[in-house]
Amino acid sequence: MGELKLLKGNEAIAEAAIRAGTDAYFGYPITPQSEIMEYLALQEPHKRTGMVMLQAESEIAAINMVYGAASTGKKAMTSSSSPGISLKMEGLSYLSGSELPCLVVNIVRGGPGLGTIQPAQSDYFQATKGGGHGDYRLIVLAPASVQEMSDFVILGYDLAFKYRMPVMILSDGLIGQMMEKVELFDPISRNTVFDQSWVVTGKTPNRERNIITSLDLDPLKMEQHNLHLQEKYKHIRENEVRYEMLDCNDIDYLFVAYGSSARICQKSISLAHEKGIRIGLLRPITLYPFPAEIIAKLAEKVKGILSVELSAGQMVEDVMLAVKGKVRVEHYGRLGGAIHSPEEVLEAFKSIFLNSK
Amino acid sequence: MDVKEIIKEQNLVYKKTLCMTDETLSFCPGCGHGVIHRLCMEVVEELDIQSDTIGVASVGCSVLAYDFMNVDMTGAAHGRAPAVATGIKRCWPDKYVFTYQGDGDLAAIGTSETIHACNRGENITIIFVNNGIYGMTGGQMAPTTLEGMKSSTTPFGRDVALMGNPIKISELVAQLPGTYFVTRQAVHTPLHVRKAKKAIKTAFANQKLKKGLSLVEVVSNCNSGWKMEPVAANKWMEENMFPFYPLGDIKVEGKLVSLS
Repeated sequence: MGELKLLKGNEAIAEAAIRAGTDAYFGYPITPQSEIMEYLALQEPHKRTGMVMLQAESEIAAINMVYGAASTGKKAMTSSSSPGISLKMEGLSYLSGSELPCLVVNIVRGGPGLGTIQPAQSDYFQATKGGGHGDYRLIVLAPASVQEMSDFVILGYDLAFKYRMPVMILSDGLIGQMMEKVELFDPISRNTVFDQSWVVTGKTPNRERNIITSLDLDPLKMEQHNLHLQEKYKHIRENEVRYEMLDCNDIDYLFVAYGSSARICQKSISLAHEKGIRIGLLRPITLYPFPAEIIAKLAEKVKGILSVELSAGQMVEDVMLAVKGKVRVEHYGRLGGAIHSPEEVLEAFKSIFLNSK
Repeated sequence: MDVKEIIKEQNLVYKKTLCMTDETLSFCPGCGHGVIHRLCMEVVEELDIQSDTIGVASVGCSVLAYDFMNVDMTGAAHGRAPAVATGIKRCWPDKYVFTYQGDGDLAAIGTSETIHACNRGENITIIFVNNGIYGMTGGQMAPTTLEGMKSSTTPFGRDVALMGNPIKISELVAQLPGTYFVTRQAVHTPLHVRKAKKAIKTAFANQKLKKGLSLVEVVSNCNSGWKMEPVAANKWMEENMFPFYPLGDIKVEGKLVSLS
């Protein structure tokens, strides 16, 4: 068993970053995720593992420092919260176009604009549908516990390097700020060997020069590059879907919720069970690729699906696409940093699907 | 004498550096970029650092620098080259990392990245080509466009009351403790080419000292953007650009030498 610690979600990410052999972290302060960089600074990772930690002059600079570090084959990461992630969208588009692996953490807060510093899940579209310009996708992981904040750092790097693309951990202020017991994984050594087929570390006589770029002025070559990216995303959709099912046997209704809303729905479901209402929970762990297939299967068994998200209804569109009209799909969620209680979710469900108050 | 005779080793008077590729340069005839590219790569060859050099291309006419420079390169988003170079250099502190940027990239959209990389004293080299205009996009006003100078977005000349004054980035960053070497050069005559090469060589060699950032500004022409023939453009540059952007060292070994 690994070392047990009581940590905030943000601290767990930072500790996991050091243990996962991160070579470089570049960040910029923003609530509610500043503990990530603060924890790293206190840990003096350059002494623990030789890891670089640098506070950049902006979120834009930070993501571009990640771009530089990732170009050399190093494990690089950044973290921010919603307004800061908007600023990183240009960088994420370039990282995707240039096929560079990296880890980006979004501890989501309420928006739009400066919004609020309270938790929200209203960056789903931005994370899963692109956000920046061009046809690209990120692999998006949605932790629902402090344990997963730690575990998904390792998983995120594995996927980022497997597919040479940015991976986003889409969490929120609730998971980021809450403290839970976490079992830490044993530290992994930083890489010393780099894949010379693509990294820029200096052209040696035994190989051609390597170029990292997202540019090709020839539209036919750019189309080929785009087709290659789409092929990669298709492979990811077929092979990397992750989800968790809770009480999904013999159910009349299904909740679909990720991250903090999944935790809240867990309680809503047990409240429902006490009242004899049979509801199950499907928790997407990967938001892209979305677990559409399993939701489609479950849709055949239930009378209705409630998508629960701290937003005006973003993930519900993917649930509807998965269900293809086979069953009624509705959304419920508080907005702008307000958090729904388990009771509120259950009441909303009853009022929508059971016509009762 | 046939061709085979001529290409004998003992008859060789000039050879292109192997650090330049055989790709035909995409620059307009008369443009300074080709010379500046070559100088950078000659320096890399002479310092024997090709296997330890990583370049960062920017957005603008220098966007395709990696087609011509035979070193590992990464292409940065518009203005972000100093941040990208920071990421590389922090991970590989013993490698030679340089950016190659124009004035729109470095002095407008990338001002923040430029100032802060300079201020942190990143041990990188910045090659800053200042031709007072956005060349690649068709000759729009740059932050460095001179007062009264015509461009496609200032067709009646830059009115500083409306559009602000041209910015002297080199003088500005020379004030920061993080810069170790700041100089302004040109490449329009053989004499200036030799001086510029010496400055670029110093700027690259400085990285070994780990004493801060070296920036070489090269005041250059843009005949297409300026709507002038190459010779006329060089003359115009001497008469108009150099008085405002005077050539010479601004900061050497961490000490200011002159302020215009």
